Amino acid sequence: MLAKRIIPCLDIRDGRVVKGIQFKNHRDMGDPAKLAKYYSEQAADELVFYDITASPERREVDISWVEKVASQISIPFSVAGGIRSVAQAKRVFEAGADKISVNTPALERPDLINELVDRFGSQAVVIGIDVRGSEIYANTGDQNKTLKTIWTAFEWIKEVQTRGAGELVINSMSQDGAKNGYDIDFLKQVSEITHIPVIASGGAGNMEHFKLVFEKSFVDGALAASVFHSKTIKISDLKVYLANFNIPIRLS
Amino acid sequence: MIGIIDYGSGNMGSIEYCLKRNKLDYLISANPEKLNKCKKILFPGVGNAEFAMQKLKEKKLDRFLISCEKPVFGICLGMQLLAEFSEEGNTKCLGIIPLTIKKFDTKQVKRVPHMGWNTIDFPESEFDKNYFYFVHSYYMPLGDWTVAKCEYGGQFFSAVVHYKNFWGIQFHPEKSGDIGEQFLIFLLRKH
Repeated sequence: MLAKRIIPCLDIRDGRVVKGIQFKNHRDMGDPAKLAKYYSEQAADELVFYDITASPERREVDISWVEKVASQISIPFSVAGGIRSVAQAKRVFEAGADKISVNTPALERPDLINELVDRFGSQAVVIGIDVRGSEIYANTGDQNKTLKTIWTAFEWIKEVQTRGAGELVINSMSQDGAKNGYDIDFLKQVSEITHIPVIASGGAGNMEHFKLVFEKSFVDGALAASVFHSKTIKISDLKVYLANFNIPIRLS
Repeated sequence: MIGIIDYGSGNMGSIEYCLKRNKLDYLISANPEKLNKCKKILFPGVGNAEFAMQKLKEKKLDRFLISCEKPVFGICLGMQLLAEFSEEGNTKCLGIIPLTIKKFDTKQVKRVPHMGWNTIDFPESEFDKNYFYFVHSYYMPLGDWTVAKCEYGGQFFSAVVHYKNFWGIQFHPEKSGDIGEQFLIFLLRKH
């Protein structure tokens, strides 16, 4: 049976892993390749690296750390942040990433999704979506540049699915870093109307939050950052906990 | 020496790191003459079947594969291209394994691609019931040559096939953690 995925997200700024509360006050958490190996050894199912400075500063991902990560782990990982063209995506894949995740550049130019899908296939193209209420936001990596888009959440989700995206990461901005649990009602609605995998993001504070999102919505995976980086939750413990509730989980 | 077929379809980084860690010699080439000097052939691939077949033909690697008598290990798209035909872009494939690659029916399986870690049924093998990493929207149906199968949303399909000197692996052993690495190395050393 297909397992529910547990996905640590590592926010990258200037080649280092950082974490802030609700996208603010970033704090240094360590070296990407080292943390990647640490999570891989704990049976994380995949990793997401999100270059939070790349998009607002309109520069592309610095890929030297991508190669280092690829050489250290043998589980899938995706790279997000500032990928605006097929040529840039190609470099990220060549450095060893399995998937790319696109957020703001897809909102600015939705055709980018089709171009990426045509070249690399649906399975390699993830769309990251930052939601607050029923609205979609862009440039959320820098609070001074964050802006509300013209899209409502469900319109945009439908749009990216039609354009061939292979997976969605739905990040609830109001939950992010607040540790009050995933936005289950919204995720349930999203996972009911989509026919591609959906990953929940934003709000995980304890193990029960993971259990609830898997039991009450149809998401395929749950992404979290600070609870893992701060060691509040150890992934191997979380997986045993979830397996005890009969949630399909890969333990090792 | 293991020859890895390079036809511009996906990155080989993870496979290389895996072979290096296990001290297996390999070369990456699109040249049939060079590949012919290798003992075993790894045939990886991600992406689109039609695009991949085009690339293989351009480099005359289709003929090399069809007539190859060494052990050939097709991974993911590499496995699917061994078939007769693929519903992906209605593509005529290499025609080595007489089967048609089919698309997952979204009415039945709900979400496509089949992406993530799934268990395989591999009777009498140490890899039975282990989780491996899958990413695909098309599948090889079960057949006489299925040696391990997988189930997704009620649909069974081949996870590993063995036909003459050809092996096909639907999942990504190079992306399936330690167990995946053990699987790939086991297969390469044994055959």
